[in-house]
Amino acid sequence: MKLDSKVPAGPLAEKWDKHKFDLKLVNPSNKRKYHILVVGTGLAGASAAASLAELGYQVTTFNFQDSPRRAHSIAAQGGINAAKNYQNDGDSVYRLFYDTIKGGDYRGREANTYRLAQVSVNIIDQAVAQGVPFAREYGGYLANRSFGGAQVSRTFYARGQTGQQLLLGAYGALNRQIGLGNVNSLNRREILDVVLVDGKARGLIVKNLITGEMERYAGDAVLMCTGGYGNVYFLSTNAMNSNVTAAWRAHRRGAAFANPCYVQIHPTCIPVHGDYQSKLTLMSESLRNDGRVWVPRSQEMAEKLRSGQVKSKDIAEKDRYYYLEERYPSFGNLVPRDVASRNAKMVCDDGLSVIPDGEAVFLDFRDAIERLGKDVIESRYGNLFEMYQRITDEDPYSMPMKIFPAVHYTMGGLWVDYHLMTTIPGLYALGEANFSDHGANRLGASALMQGLADGYFVIPFTIGNYLADLGMKNKVTTDHEAFDKTEADVRAFNQRLLSVKGTRTVDDFHRELGKIIWNYCGMSRNKEGLEKAIGEIHKLREEFWKDVLVPGKEDEFNLELQKAWRVADYFELGETMVRDALQRNESCGCHLREEYQTEDNEAKRNDDDYAYVAAWEYKGEGQAPVMHKENLEFEFVELKTRSYK
Amino acid sequence: MAGKNLNLTLKIWRQNGPAAKGQMKEYKVSDISTEMSFLEMLDVLNERLVREGEDPIAFDHDCREGICGMCSLMINGLAHGPSRRTTTCQLHMRSFNDGDTIYIEPWRAKAFPVIKDLVVDRSAFDHIMHAGGYISVNTGNAQDANEMPISTQVADHAMDAAECIGCGACVASCKNASAMLFVSAKVAHLGHLPQGQPERMLRVQRMVRTMDEAGFGNCTNTGACEVQCPKGISIKNIAKMNADYLRASLISEVKG
Ligand SMILES: Cc1cc2nc3c(=O)[nH]c(=O)nc-3n(C[C@H](O)[C@H](O)[C@H](O)COP(=O)(O)OP(=O)(O)OC[C@H]3O[C@@H](n4cnc5c(N)ncnc54)[C@H](O)[C@@H]3O)c2cc1C
Ligand code: FES
Repeated sequence: MKLDSKVPAGPLAEKWDKHKFDLKLVNPSNKRKYHILVVGTGLAGASAAASLAELGYQVTTFNFQDSPRRAHSIAAQGGINAAKNYQNDGDSVYRLFYDTIKGGDYRGREANTYRLAQVSVNIIDQAVAQGVPFAREYGGYLANRSFGGAQVSRTFYARGQTGQQLLLGAYGALNRQIGLGNVNSLNRREILDVVLVDGKARGLIVKNLITGEMERYAGDAVLMCTGGYGNVYFLSTNAMNSNVTAAWRAHRRGAAFANPCYVQIHPTCIPVHGDYQSKLTLMSESLRNDGRVWVPRSQEMAEKLRSGQVKSKDIAEKDRYYYLEERYPSFGNLVPRDVASRNAKMVCDDGLSVIPDGEAVFLDFRDAIERLGKDVIESRYGNLFEMYQRITDEDPYSMPMKIFPAVHYTMGGLWVDYHLMTTIPGLYALGEANFSDHGANRLGASALMQGLADGYFVIPFTIGNYLADLGMKNKVTTDHEAFDKTEADVRAFNQRLLSVKGTRTVDDFHRELGKIIWNYCGMSRNKEGLEKAIGEIHKLREEFWKDVLVPGKEDEFNLELQKAWRVADYFELGETMVRDALQRNESCGCHLREEYQTEDNEAKRNDDDYAYVAAWEYKGEGQAPVMHKENLEFEFVELKTRSYK
Repeated sequence: MAGKNLNLTLKIWRQNGPAAKGQMKEYKVSDISTEMSFLEMLDVLNERLVREGEDPIAFDHDCREGICGMCSLMINGLAHGPSRRTTTCQLHMRSFNDGDTIYIEPWRAKAFPVIKDLVVDRSAFDHIMHAGGYISVNTGNAQDANEMPISTQVADHAMDAAECIGCGACVASCKNASAMLFVSAKVAHLGHLPQGQPERMLRVQRMVRTMDEAGFGNCTNTGACEVQCPKGISIKNIAKMNADYLRASLISEVKG
């Protein structure tokens, strides 16, 4: 497997513009002769599909919900970054690039990250033109807030529903193209395989989730915009149905999967409350603008709090340990997510948790309410406070929120080059599904930016280069034998699941698998634990294939079968994640290996040996995957120890 | 926060497919923690049904955070259940009492046919959006975002309407199964903004026409939609849309 990043030569700031000029073009009148299959209609997929259709390509979109508008992107709360420098606080494309590379602990690709920062400004313009109602100042100009890992205010937001509004903007653009007949939008469809002809991605095997029938679609290129794989942990902040299946099946067909162990654990989520729990709920990072994070300073005080002998409001200032403010005076509560999460775990490990039978720290708005008044806090975070109260039955205006880190975002994903093409020609990956521009840790408000950058402003340029070479005459139809063969494989796989007829439910296995991965490949990892995890995953997988209970048949509406094929893929993904974490003998960003940390528990990178992207090649069921390296060359930034002190 | 446990009787609509005849079926569940969400309670029941070799109950859901609009359910005759401004996925079992009987049914409307059990087909909503729920601007056409200042008041009004999650509770709550609240929310969101002006008249005409074709009923101003809307979308949007629609009709008559 060859990994050619295709990063163009030349000065960082000129690479993209020059490259755009050098790319081959498809003549406008010929574009309609190409058919592009777009999997996923979140920010990445919807923006790509709409933009490509506007250019004249024929597009078919697929998603498993009942409408494109329901993609997981809809749940993003806090905001989207852009280097507009509207606040005149010293922001620039270079600074956004720099913050992102540094925030990712120097494990991202420079050229991609710079391009992301460059096009960020166009995204805001596009969204506003579509009618996205971003927050504004009294003068009518756009408002900004701050997010972790940055010392400038560059985050645009629409109340606590930024993802919703951006997605509805992209969905609108997509709807226009559907109305014009340029996009065929197929809902309640799940992609179960990619069809390769002469080594190129030429089609999809698709499950119609309503009828259960298998469908085939042929095209000239395929875009995977299928989101992240955080649900491998069972509990995460992702939507219940987010899954890795489409990306994983592409991986099984030859697309390298990069940096699977880079998983972001978000510091501010509502803590776990019971075994029946189905998902975790995020409280936006924006809350750290005004909320102060603390735990009791001593174990005795923490114990009194947990047993109800004292209330949080009665704990004196000197007995409160504002650990982020104390340990990181210059960034305070706004340190990046990985740092905030790790510190929350550390204080809870030290016996300072604020809840009985569980782990949590306080996020306290008392001081902000005193300083700014309840009205201001309500106008900033009203809907988040409401959501918190609805779930926990506690009023965050009068008592601090209780929060704990939870799995949130996956920096790893399908390996892509500068064109966003995977190692399968004609197969692209956009948005959270690719291994992306965030290195080993993503800064807040940068996922929305990246999804839309990929879809609106990168793929429309780069795809033409591939299609121009492919040519218009080179067509494949769904009666090609490659479709027969691939569909037969998918059917056989599902048949295997259905024929086990064991005793344990799919969820039961998923929950147990999630626990293994969370315990050994979660917020902190070590060699011994990771090695143990591989054994446990193998054992559980064997049991799964012997004892899983999947009711019903293939050709019908069958939600349990759908869960089953997803969990079957998680077993393989989980193992590759663990192997990835095991080979990376350093700590970087979200990947903390306990063996590699500084005296004050900060991540210790090893740039000499590990400044590479780990891209895994699938070698067959039950076989260990093989790792390939893309060395990261840093031409423009100097690798430093990340410090937020 | 400590919870109690509930024993409940559930009466749930079971229907094997769009053409099949449906019926209410009774299930008993016990030891349901009041800290659980309503859908977690159904998860627990479904795991049991799978183990017992019964077909699990099909229902739609995804984000479980009240934002994707995927979940639905008429709970004791109310769209999204008894709590105001709350989607089914955000409803918690603490809203119920030990010994309660709970009726769970799908959205019922001609334009939303049942697919299976509690899952309905809401594609009619998408079709209305295809007809005009957007501002026509190609990628790359936009000017700098701060070129056009927009007052906070206008932005707030637009945002209030834009919060609609497209769940369909308005249709399910309306005795006429009217989609006016849903359509008007989009018309008002875009109609408030300066960017939305060029297509304002065309948009309302196209969206209303598609809405009528899809088989939704008329609005008779009973206001149930607003009461049951989990996002509190105001019925004032309907008045605004009616005004726009009237104007649009007059203009096209003059032209026409
Ligand atoms: C609670 C929460 C809050 C967040 N807040 C922020 C924030 O404030 N700022 C920020 O920048 N980021 C935020 N993020 C991250 C961000 O929302 C996501 O990373 C981003 O939206 C992902 O977009 P996407 O288009 O790549 O994928 P998604 O939006 O996940 O879309 C995936 C699409 O793929 C489809 N799909 C997947 N698999 C298949 C398959 N097998 N077959 C067919 N279709 C398939 C789905 O139907 C869907 O349409 C948040 C994330 C969460 C969980
Ligand atoms: S599941 Fe998304 S709104 Fe209820």
